[in-house]
Amino acid sequence: MEFIFNLTPLIPLFPLLAFAIIVLFTHRHNRLSSSIAIGGIALSTALGWTLVLATILSGEHAWAEGWQLRVPWLPAGTTVLELGFAVDGFTAAMLFMVPFVCLMIFIYSQGYMKLGQPDQDPRYARFFAYISLFAAGMLGLVVARDLVLLFISWEVMGLCSYLLIGFWSFRKADSEHHIDAAQVVRARQAALKAFITTRIGDVLLFSGIALLYSYTGTLTFRELFRPETLETLQAISLLGMPAVTVIALLVFGGAVGKSAQFPLHVWLPDAMEGPTPVSALIHAATMVAAGVYLVARTLPLFIAGFVVADAPALHWVAVIGAITALLGATVGLAQDDIKRVLAYSTISQLGYMMMGLGLGSLVAGIFHLLTHAFFKALLFLSAGSVIHGVEHGAHIAAHNGHGHGEHFSPNDMKIMGGLRHRMPRTFVAYLAGALALVGIVPFAGFWSKDEILAEAFHLWRADGTLNLPFWVWLAGTLGAFFTALYMGRQLGLVFWGEPRHAAARHAHESPSSMTVPLIVLALFALLFGFVNAPFLGNPLHHLMGNVHEVSEVVHAEAIPFNPTVAGISTVLAVAGLLLGWSLYRNYRAGQVEPFQAALGPVFTVLRNKYYIDDLYQWAIIRPAVWLANFCFNIDDRWIIDPFVDLVGAAGRAASDIARVLDSGVIDRWFVEGTAQLFNAAGRWLRYSETGHVQNYLLVVAVTILLLLGLYLYF
Amino acid sequence: MAIPLPWWLTVAAALFAIGLYGVLSRRNAIGVLLGIELMLNAANINLVAFWRYITPQALTGQVFAIFVIGIAAAEAAAGLAIIISAYRRRRTVVVDELDTMRW
Repeated sequence: MEFIFNLTPLIPLFPLLAFAIIVLFTHRHNRLSSSIAIGGIALSTALGWTLVLATILSGEHAWAEGWQLRVPWLPAGTTVLELGFAVDGFTAAMLFMVPFVCLMIFIYSQGYMKLGQPDQDPRYARFFAYISLFAAGMLGLVVARDLVLLFISWEVMGLCSYLLIGFWSFRKADSEHHIDAAQVVRARQAALKAFITTRIGDVLLFSGIALLYSYTGTLTFRELFRPETLETLQAISLLGMPAVTVIALLVFGGAVGKSAQFPLHVWLPDAMEGPTPVSALIHAATMVAAGVYLVARTLPLFIAGFVVADAPALHWVAVIGAITALLGATVGLAQDDIKRVLAYSTISQLGYMMMGLGLGSLVAGIFHLLTHAFFKALLFLSAGSVIHGVEHGAHIAAHNGHGHGEHFSPNDMKIMGGLRHRMPRTFVAYLAGALALVGIVPFAGFWSKDEILAEAFHLWRADGTLNLPFWVWLAGTLGAFFTALYMGRQLGLVFWGEPRHAAARHAHESPSSMTVPLIVLALFALLFGFVNAPFLGNPLHHLMGNVHEVSEVVHAEAIPFNPTVAGISTVLAVAGLLLGWSLYRNYRAGQVEPFQAALGPVFTVLRNKYYIDDLYQWAIIRPAVWLANFCFNIDDRWIIDPFVDLVGAAGRAASDIARVLDSGVIDRWFVEGTAQLFNAAGRWLRYSETGHVQNYLLVVAVTILLLLGLYLYF
Repeated sequence: MAIPLPWWLTVAAALFAIGLYGVLSRRNAIGVLLGIELMLNAANINLVAFWRYITPQALTGQVFAIFVIGIAAAEAAAGLAIIISAYRRRRTVVVDELDTMRW
């Protein structure tokens, strides 16, 4: 069995190779490039699942016995920074999900990216190169043995998210494909926003890693999480807190950026400007999962910070998670863009994962991460299929002369309606994803969300007071209701009622390269929850429950199934779903939205995302732009450039003087004068050379006589 | 010892002057050559006269004179050859016309 684990580095290597091959060799061949990308990720999937099987069979699930491979990577002075690969139960759980969902997205992309594009579009191959690199980043993160490889992968993903979110910014505005100039600008800004926002988190994470390394001299998880190392970190005081708390909070800062937690969540909805498969890739299987994964992986640091009283880093995770869960779910109620609703849903669900981790339950958080990856990828890809169908409908409508010619957004749910008859397979897939997200038995989301809520409920009841777990539970339960509400609204708007636009009227089902992955993912959305179902004995707990040291805060054993919790959340979910659906299924174009009528100004606040973006715009971006302008003026207008110009002008003046001196005096008198002197002398003296030998002899004789006379005279 | 040394020297000087005049004034190259011969022989007279009157015990003067005669013969041969060659080429032996060695 051991030799299989030796192949671990190949898992991220396959997509990386695919990226290299596409970029270097095959980028002119679209079909070949996409096949290479799919082949790479398929190999990773096969190997990943083999490793999952091997891990399950070997029974060695914890770090202590887990398998590792180390590579010296960066010799720095006397120490060598090593990076390594390792597989334990937790990694295995991730390896089941990540490459497979990526594979589905890749296959789907092959159909989706042809949308309205000529086959020879060079960006088609580039797209597959980027997503391959992205997958390589995520897989590298998952199999990392230490923070070195983890951080490298983390940054690779950051770069790829920038490239992919801004993918359409390379397009030209084109009315044929409903691309207007504003959209191109939005893509560019979204890419920058995502990059800069996550960068804030990355800097925090890097500071945390640097602190860890300076205190402990190691970055491997296994060594960092040794009890004695953690005790050392607890003993050190930093900023009035135990160092381990500071480090945990810094690491959490990285996760907040990457996993779009409040207050750094603003980049994620804008990231919807990327192609839809990218949204699925970033917001389901890879990037946002990375932050949750990071917190889960470094959970012992948080717990160590928790154990030393009155500095509960872990509580911060739970609080931020709860705020994010509620914030995302409520904002999702008021969005019109089909993908933006899903984006806020993603933010909210990531909040749930953080809640789970913040309560100290690694398994609950990661279980939700896994199920969410499946059903959210499904939802995004289905949304992509809907958009695809509507865009095609717009083409057909324009062809038939029904096109109104006006600009419309194919993402706008207000123009859709009645699509369940026109796109039946997409509808079924969407419904499966929605039910899983809302948490209806027996779909995957029910089991994972229920476990988080049960965890909170259990901790509350164990204590009895209105403590943090109570508020977390309340936020989670309310969030579940809002989740159901916005999904009901979305289903009603998109799939029920009458089409509200010619494009929606002419929409039709997407090709099978797109719908087949949808069906596969729909099956997972339906069935995947059973990997940790309580009545099956919580198999996931056995796989990864004892990855970290068990303590009073973190527990390996699953909470027993709690009918009260499940009952409350199910009732709320069904109620929300039915309420949203019934209010919106007969929505007509131009009508005031039911929610708007009911909520009034609250709806406006939600629609404007609690004005958080505007706040950032006002408080951070405007001052930053002002400062940049100020610096620009200092540099370009007021001080530096004038000074530079002055120096330049002085130099020019000096060189003018030097030029006059040089050409007027030196050249004229010394150089040319000398030449003219000798020229004239030669012209005159040459007449003495007569060529008559007797003249010369005469000169000789006379000279001798003269010299003789001089000699004799003196 | 009837004739004193200055007389000999006077004759030699006269002969040298005549030769020099010939060299400088003759237009014919052969005449120039003849003038050179006269100058050489004037030198010979000096050599022999000084030997006879100053150092009769050494043979240097005589030997020098013989060298000069030999070299004069060689010089005459070379000079005539040059003149013949120049004549063949230019059809003239007038020195004023052989003036290509100038600017």
